[in-house]
Amino acid sequence: MASKGAIVVDTEKCKGCSVCVVNCPTKTIALAKEVNGKGYNYAYMATLDTCIGCTNCATVCPDTCITVYRVKV
Amino acid sequence: MDIKDIIKPENIVYQKTKVLTNNVMHYCPGCSHGTVHKLIAEVVDEMGIQEKTIGISPVGCAVFAYNYMHIDWQQAAHGRAPALATATKRLYPDKYVFTYQGDGDLASIGTAEIMHACNRGENIVVIFINNAIYGMTGGQMAPTTLIGMKTSTTPYGRQADLNGYPLKITELIAQLEGTCFVTRQSVQTAAAARKTKKAIRKAFENSGQNKGTSFVEVVSTCNSGWKLTPVQSNTWMEENMFPFYPLGDIKDR
Repeated sequence: MASKGAIVVDTEKCKGCSVCVVNCPTKTIALAKEVNGKGYNYAYMATLDTCIGCTNCATVCPDTCITVYRVKV
Repeated sequence: MDIKDIIKPENIVYQKTKVLTNNVMHYCPGCSHGTVHKLIAEVVDEMGIQEKTIGISPVGCAVFAYNYMHIDWQQAAHGRAPALATATKRLYPDKYVFTYQGDGDLASIGTAEIMHACNRGENIVVIFINNAIYGMTGGQMAPTTLIGMKTSTTPYGRQADLNGYPLKITELIAQLEGTCFVTRQSVQTAAAARKTKKAIRKAFENSGQNKGTSFVEVVSTCNSGWKLTPVQSNTWMEENMFPFYPLGDIKDR
């Protein structure tokens, strides 16, 4: 049973530490080229179809700015 | 499946717990403090003890911890959080009282307080963040700084003949009769963070059952003090901190 997921990053709270990037098992997350209001390159979903909704990124996020969604397909 | 069909409220599997406030944390990017704050807040939320939890914040970066959780807080003088927690727990025995301390606070100036609070077996939870450096004041050497580790007060690396040896205070505390649960964890990966959350939950449950002092050390990073990026400092911690501060339960009864 496979599952598909998606994340929503609170880009204004994200500090671009990239701890979520290295913890993502499917390499879905990357840091954006754009910066947020504080000048940080925030995290975003670089590929839209690879996320499995494992919540690893949200678990390690120090600023708790990631919300994870998952559906079974 | 379109991404808009996935991002719906009914599909949420992880979101920020309501125990955390909406304030943006003042910690540096990638700081372990934020992750540990979140884990504590999630444990408090899952146990349903938000109204019964009292935190004692230390002096150090985590002094502002009261800005980030919707629970009752006190702020102690440097190193005196266990003394304040003792008083709070004795006056309100039905509350869950925890201290949140760094290595400069707990292992240096507050050694007497933590030793005697643990030896008396106060029914409190101690969360000990060990990043081997004084983060807030500019990266000075702490008692837990590793041999050879460069800090602003040991620019050529810590030397045993000049600066003494790193202090394994968690092992010392495990020898005290009053402690019931002593463990060392970390939060650099999702698996480690989940283990730490389990340990924190167990510590709070012990506090509710009046079994004695529960002590949870979290080996952490201070990427600003270590002059590394957050990801580099996690790797550095795995390579250098874990051999000297091995993870796992030291005492559980």
